[in-house]
Order: sequence, then C-alpha cells, then structure tokens
Amino acid sequence: MSEHREAHEAGKRDAQPLAEAPPKEVQRAQEERLLKIWETPGGWRYWSSVNNSDIGVWYTATAFVFFLFAGVLALLMRIQLAVPDNDFLSAEVYNQAFTVHGSVMMFLFAIPIFEAIAVLLLPQMLGARDLPFPRLSAFGFWCYLLGGIFLCGAIFFDAAPRGGWFMYPPLTSKYQTDIGADIWLLGFSFIEVAAIAAAVEMIVGTLKCRPPGMRINLIPLYAWYVLVAASMMLFAFPPLITGSMLLEIERAFGWPFFDPAGGGDPLLWQHLFWLFGHPEVYVVFLPSVALIAMIVPTFSRTPIVGYGWVVLSAVGTGFLSFGLWVHHMFTTGLPGISLGLFSAASQAVAIPTGVQIFCFIATLAAGRVVRSVPMLFALGSLMIFVLGGLTGVMVALVPFDFQAHDSFFIVGHLHYVMIGGVIFPMLAGLYYFYPLFDGKKLSDRLGKIAFWLTFIGFNITFMPMHLAGLRGMPRRVFTYPADAGLNTLNLISTVGAFILAAGIAVVVWDVIRLKQKQPYSEMNPWGAGTLEWLQEMPGKPWGMRSIPEIDSCYPLWDQPNLQRDVDEGRFYLPDAEEGLRETLVTSVIDAVPQQCARLPGSSFIPMIAAFSLGGFFILGTYHWWWPAVSSLLLAVAVFCYWLWTGTARTPEKDEKYVGLGLTLPIYVSGPASISWWSVFITMLADLTAFISLVFGYFFFWTIHDDFPPQPSPGPGVFWPTLGGGMLLAAWALTVFARRWNRSGNSAAFYTGLLTSIVLAAAGSAALVAGPWLTGLDPKSHVYPATVWVLVLWTVCHVAVGIIMQLYCLARKLAGQMTARRDVEIVNVTLYWHFTALTAGITVAVIAGFPLVD
Amino acid sequence: MSQTAEQHQSLWLLTASPSIWAAHFVLCYASAAIWCEKFAGLGGSLTAVRLAIVVYSVVALTGIGIVGWIGCGRHRFGDAELPHNADTPEDRHRFLGFATLLLSALSGVAVLFVSLVALFFGECY
Repeated sequence: MSEHREAHEAGKRDAQPLAEAPPKEVQRAQEERLLKIWETPGGWRYWSSVNNSDIGVWYTATAFVFFLFAGVLALLMRIQLAVPDNDFLSAEVYNQAFTVHGSVMMFLFAIPIFEAIAVLLLPQMLGARDLPFPRLSAFGFWCYLLGGIFLCGAIFFDAAPRGGWFMYPPLTSKYQTDIGADIWLLGFSFIEVAAIAAAVEMIVGTLKCRPPGMRINLIPLYAWYVLVAASMMLFAFPPLITGSMLLEIERAFGWPFFDPAGGGDPLLWQHLFWLFGHPEVYVVFLPSVALIAMIVPTFSRTPIVGYGWVVLSAVGTGFLSFGLWVHHMFTTGLPGISLGLFSAASQAVAIPTGVQIFCFIATLAAGRVVRSVPMLFALGSLMIFVLGGLTGVMVALVPFDFQAHDSFFIVGHLHYVMIGGVIFPMLAGLYYFYPLFDGKKLSDRLGKIAFWLTFIGFNITFMPMHLAGLRGMPRRVFTYPADAGLNTLNLISTVGAFILAAGIAVVVWDVIRLKQKQPYSEMNPWGAGTLEWLQEMPGKPWGMRSIPEIDSCYPLWDQPNLQRDVDEGRFYLPDAEEGLRETLVTSVIDAVPQQCARLPGSSFIPMIAAFSLGGFFILGTYHWWWPAVSSLLLAVAVFCYWLWTGTARTPEKDEKYVGLGLTLPIYVSGPASISWWSVFITMLADLTAFISLVFGYFFFWTIHDDFPPQPSPGPGVFWPTLGGGMLLAAWALTVFARRWNRSGNSAAFYTGLLTSIVLAAAGSAALVAGPWLTGLDPKSHVYPATVWVLVLWTVCHVAVGIIMQLYCLARKLAGQMTARRDVEIVNVTLYWHFTALTAGITVAVIAGFPLVD
Repeated sequence: MSQTAEQHQSLWLLTASPSIWAAHFVLCYASAAIWCEKFAGLGGSLTAVRLAIVVYSVVALTGIGIVGWIGCGRHRFGDAELPHNADTPEDRHRFLGFATLLLSALSGVAVLFVSLVALFFGECY
C-alpha cells in the first residue's frame, strides 16, 4: 500500500503552509469553484440541501420549536396546579400534558438539540468541510421532523399518550388500550433510529475527520464529550428500542412479555427503559456541559486547566452512568443488596461529574474573566446543576428515596439537573455560537434581561417543589385538596414558571427579531482559540477555505497567521478542481491524512427515504398492516437506490494531490474507510439491542421456577442446530467470497455468494421450523413468545443480509465492484460477522440453555 | 521512538479499566439477583454472594491496577510534565497514559464503592 506509507511519512513532519499566497486570480478561481460546488440550492430545492450548515440550522430550529411546545404544556400544567381543586385541565388532559411534556422534552428536544448542535459545529471545530455522511444527517433530520410532528400532533386529537414519559406497563398495556401508547412506542422507535444514525455520524466524524496533525491530545473538549455521548447512545438506546418492540408486540398481538397472567413481568420494561433512561440523562448532559468547556476557556483567556481530568470526567461519567438504572426502581421490591449496589454506583458517579466542575472553576480562577452573556448563563448553569447534583446524591440514598419517590421532590430534582445541565448551557451556547450561523451577535442587553428572568424564574418555580414534595405532594396527579398545606408553594411555583417563560420569550425575541440594520460581527468576536472561529462573518457554505495543519489545542491562539493562511488557501484542499465535494479523512490517534473523501451533494433521496420509512411506523401505529409493509418495501427500494447512486462511486483517478506535497487515495476500503467504521458502530448498537432480548430471556428464567415451563417442549435441538449450522456456513462463504473477489476469482465469488444466499434462506427456514413444528404458541406464555422473538430477530437480520449479498452480486455484475474496489463486500462481510454471532447466540440460548438448566 | 508510534496506540486502553468496573458491577448484580431469586429466597443467607463479591473485587482491582500501572508508565515517559499538550507523538503518548491512569483510579474507587455492599448486607432483603 504505497499510498498509505506515503501518507504516513507525510504526517511525520508537520506540513507548513505555503510560504507565498497563491496569486489573487488563482485564489478567486479556487473560491469560485468551491462556492459553486458547496452552494446551497435555491428555491424549493433548498430542502434538498445536505450541507451540515443548513441541516444543523433546521435541526436546531425544529428542536427549539418542540421545546417551546413542551414548555407551553408545562405552563398549562402550572396553571392547573396554581390553586387547589382546580378544573382548568381535566385529569385526562393533564395526563396527556405531562406525558407529552416529558416525552417531547427528552426525545424531541434534549437529544435532538445535541445532535443539532453537533451537526452544526463539529465539522467547524474539526476543520472539516462537512460531516462524513451528509445525507445520513439529512435523513436523520427528516425522520426526526416527521416523527416529532406525528407525536405532538396527537395531543390535538385527544389521542396523545398518557402513561407518563416512561410508559410503565400494565398502565400502558392493559389499562390504556387506545392508540396513545402505540404512537409513543412506534413514534419514538422511529426517532431513535435517526438518533443512532446521528451517533454513528458523530463518532466517525470525531475519530476520522479531524484536520491533519490534530492528535488525540489536541482535540477540542467538545469533541471528547460528543464522542463519549454518541458512544453512550449506541449502548443506551437499543434497550429501549427492544423494550418498545416487545411492548408494541404485546399490545398488537397479545404476546405476554409484561403481563404476569402469561408469565411476563412489568419489571422487565422498567429495567429496559431505565437501562436507556439513566444513561440518557448523561447523553444529554455531557454535550451540553461540553459547550461550557468551550466557553469557559474563551472568556478566561486561558487554556482549560486539567484537560486530561476533563477527559477522565467525560469518559468516566459515560461508563459509570450505565450502573445507575435501578435507582429509578428502588421501590419495586428488589433485593436490598441489589439496591445497595446501585446506590453505591449512583454516588460514585458524582466523582467524575464533580471533577469537571472543579476544572471549570480552576480555569476561571487561573484566567482573567471577561464578563459576557454566555458566561452569565454558564455560571448560572453551574450553580443550578450543582444543586441538582446534590439532591441527586440525596435520592441516590435508598432510605431517602423511599420517602421522596414519586413526589414533587423528584420533579424539583430532575428539573435542576436538566435545566441546569442542559437548558442553561444551551442558552449559553446560543449566545456564544449564534454569530457562527447568522454572522451577527445577539443583543447583550436582551441577553442579560433573559438571563436574570430565567435564572430567578427557574429558582422560584422549582425550589418550592422540593418542599411540596417533602410535604407529600405526589407527581402526576392533576390537583390537590385545599387543606393539604400545598397552596402557597404551588402558587409560588406557578408565578415562577411565568417569569421563566418570560425569560425564554426574551431569548426567542432576540433570535427572531430582524437584524438587517445590525452590522455583521467581526471575525472571532469573543477572541476564542478553537477552529470554528476561523469562520468568516457571515459564513461560507464550504466550511473551511482550506484545511489547516494543527499544532495546538487552541490553534487560533498559538498558531501565528492561521487565519490568513487558511483564508488564502495556503493549506490542504484549497480547491475543487473536479467540481466535487471533498474532505480529508485522517487516522484516529495522530490524525495523519489517509484519504481524500468525496462527499455527496444535495439530494431529495434522504427525505424520501425518511418519509417512506416513517410511513411504516406511522401506518403501523394504526394497524394498517398492508400499507405499512408497502411503505417499508418502498423504503428498502429507496435505500438501495440511494446506495447504488450515491455511495462507493468509482473515482475518475486513484489518487489526488491535496496540496503541500501530499497525495492521497480517493477510494479506500476496509478499516481505513469511514463506511467500514459506520457499519461496525451501527452493528454494535444492533448487537446491544439483541443482547437486551437475551437479557429478557434470562430475566424470565430468573423469576420463573421452571423456564421453559413444563410440559412445554421448547423448540428442540435439531431444527435450531441445523438452522444455526447453515447460517454459519452462509457466513463462512461470505467471508470466502470477499477473498475470492479480491484475488480476482470471479466465478468462485459468484458461486460462493449465491450458495451463501441459498444457505441463509434455508437456515432461516430451519430456525423457524423449531418453534413452528413444536407448536410453540407465543400468545400462551412468555416462554414461547421469547423464543419466537429471538428467532424472528435473527431471521430479519438474515433477510437484510441476503439483500446485502444480492446488492454485492449486482454491483459486481454492473462492474461497480472490482477486485480492488471492494467496499461493498467488505462491509457486507462485516455485517455478516455480527449476524453469525446473533445466530450463534440465538441457537445457544433457545436450544442449548434448556439442556444445561 | 517506535513505542510511541501510532500503530502501537489505541483508544481501547482508555476503556479497559472502566470496562473492568462494568464487568465487576454486572457480575455482582447478576450473582446477587440470581442467588436471591433462585436459591436463597426472602431472608436467605448471602454468604456465598459476599464471598463471590470479594473474589470479583480482588480480581477487578488487580486488573485495574495493572492497567493503571501501564498508564502511569506512559504518563512518565521521558521527562515531560503536565499538561501533555505538545504536538508530538511523545506527548500524545503521555496524555493517553495519563488519561488511562486517571480512569483506572476512578474505576478502582468505583469498584471499592460497589464492593462495600458486601460488608453491609448479610441477607438478601
């Protein structure tokens, strides 16, 4: 691999920018070409844009609209609770209001705003032209928009979910048979798919799309936090997807996963939900506090104190937060020792969380702090969050939690955490980063007014809730009696809520007011040191004029003339000679350039793909199975078209000169390619969802004296083993097909892959034959239901695997895939590694475990 | 400086100690849950699980100690001091070592926190 060696050697010496700027006319021609290819489409085609700077703005704006919508619901609830025995909202509407408020704030605001800001800022911070998969971001956005409207719209038809944001069965299965819970389960599953897509994008973006020389010890702290939060999403979201799938199957087909009458257990839902739900709190908190980690050094005029400690804090929190989920279930009657384990971990997580806050304080102390609106919000955030963290440690103590559980104390606590940990940092970030996407600053005066209104309003609203809770006010009850001693506290909270809302209204006004007369902000208005502030005001669609070589964590402070050198095109990729969108792919640790990646341009395909996939979920909600399945098939067709026309295109040449003496390959396959990484990461998430199913099997085994229940025969040993064997053979042939393709043996490739497809189909049939022929009825008991769900999960994965194999055959036949250009079969083989593992585990569990037990 | 070359480095070492913590945590939890549900029952004796937790903890702390030791060695590579923020392979090497060391310390503390449970509980409920 001569290209790789060349690239590696090039990375050893730090490239210097061109000593002389290219002549003015050359620069102008380069800029014209760059502008032409990165230009945002006009008219209605604007919505086909996939550029991160457009998608990021849509994403952020949409998340903000959902935030305001959920905020209005909160105000309605506060009006209802202002006085005792109020009838402003009926109990029914109140239930919908708090369910939608919580769900929208978490799923349609907190998580998406993280993705939105990352889509908008990450490429800028990493000196990349765009994210590695621009069309995937667009796809994620359209999924989110459609799913969000579907969910929020339901409340206007009095059909919204009303089982609380965590949807505990049996309330949401037996007692609420109307469509609300289905909307929640399917709508959010759909959005979670988009969230995982975003996570893949961010991980690959952070690891593989950094500017040359930005070693892992020099990346902006924001990127560390995003890396951790996105990785957490891979392991946190799949349990919820699995749980939602099981609950929806129970609701739609009567398989009793959570119904004790059929041997199920509602506690399994709680485990799966909180296995998602608790890490989720940190998934939204980390990227928000990351904004503070960017803001504090800028206004302290000094690098962050304890970079390594902040990394410890981010990574450590990411791990520990997975050991906390049972602290939401302290009152469910689990063994005391289990509670003890989770209580201990819940307290341990305070250590890394605290470390970063001390780093921020140390940075403020080490520097000379400049007063500004973003700093105000950042300081407010720290104060509120610390209070929320302290009450968090209180409720991590089991005896205290027994008292506070399901009371307004928890409502107060979680809002201190979420508003202090998410909303205030977001507002700080909004004031700080706003010039990057509008070219103009927000108003300092309005910002200060907004800060004091929100800060005071927030505390007036939520501080009394702690007291109300300790006095016995329960959550989720639509009113309270006049003689319960709660009147004054609730009235104060309601007044505070309106002050808080007034503060938010000021922010909204500041954003939407016309700023035509206001001059553009100067470049780098805050005097920051990180790359995103290289941007011109207003910004250009290309992101970076040329991609710089990085020598420092704060390049704008430490690298002289960086701005000039970037803007005059003295660094890498100053041009778009071929009229294609391009960015650099670099190595994970030292950011050595490895590839000049071609990025796709504007297209409506992501939107069509999102809407057709959304059709499956939305039509499925109403149990219109045929239209739903048709929509799914349409989605599959759209995905194939998207892949065929948009990915792994044959480049017109093997290598490209990217400037400063560096020539890079254009086409890369295997672990050096970003697509390989994205498949790997996606499949990790997929495997986690599957492991959650397996966890379900063993959970049921734990709670039942006999599982499989006598006299149920189980699926037997013969059929599952036969099916598993054939699937493993199919996998092995796929691996060989990859080799045969690479060695140029086309005949063996075709034969091998076709045989593999036949084996995969036959293996699936054999796997289904097990429970089918032994007459396992999934409606009768949770055991057959669990076996069936494991088998069907595997079979669905094999089916997707077959589609992928057919795709490879077609690509090879069409001459798109060759011995050297083999991205398709390499990635499909990677998929099959995971599918083989899934099949192996399924067979071991359904056929093997009953033999051992 | 071949030992600081990129091909000998990975981010996985960073995650080693927290992963050991996670494995330790899951083992403790699963052992306790299965023992109490399947074997001991309400008010049953926890002695077996407490012993198991002690064994898990010793193994986990040893593993974390080894990872932390490796991290510390890298952190002290050559003769540079914190912060490891220079644009050199050596400082990147030291930084990864330092972060590994810190994460090992945190994981060690977290393992101790969790294993303390074995001291306090004599029965399942």
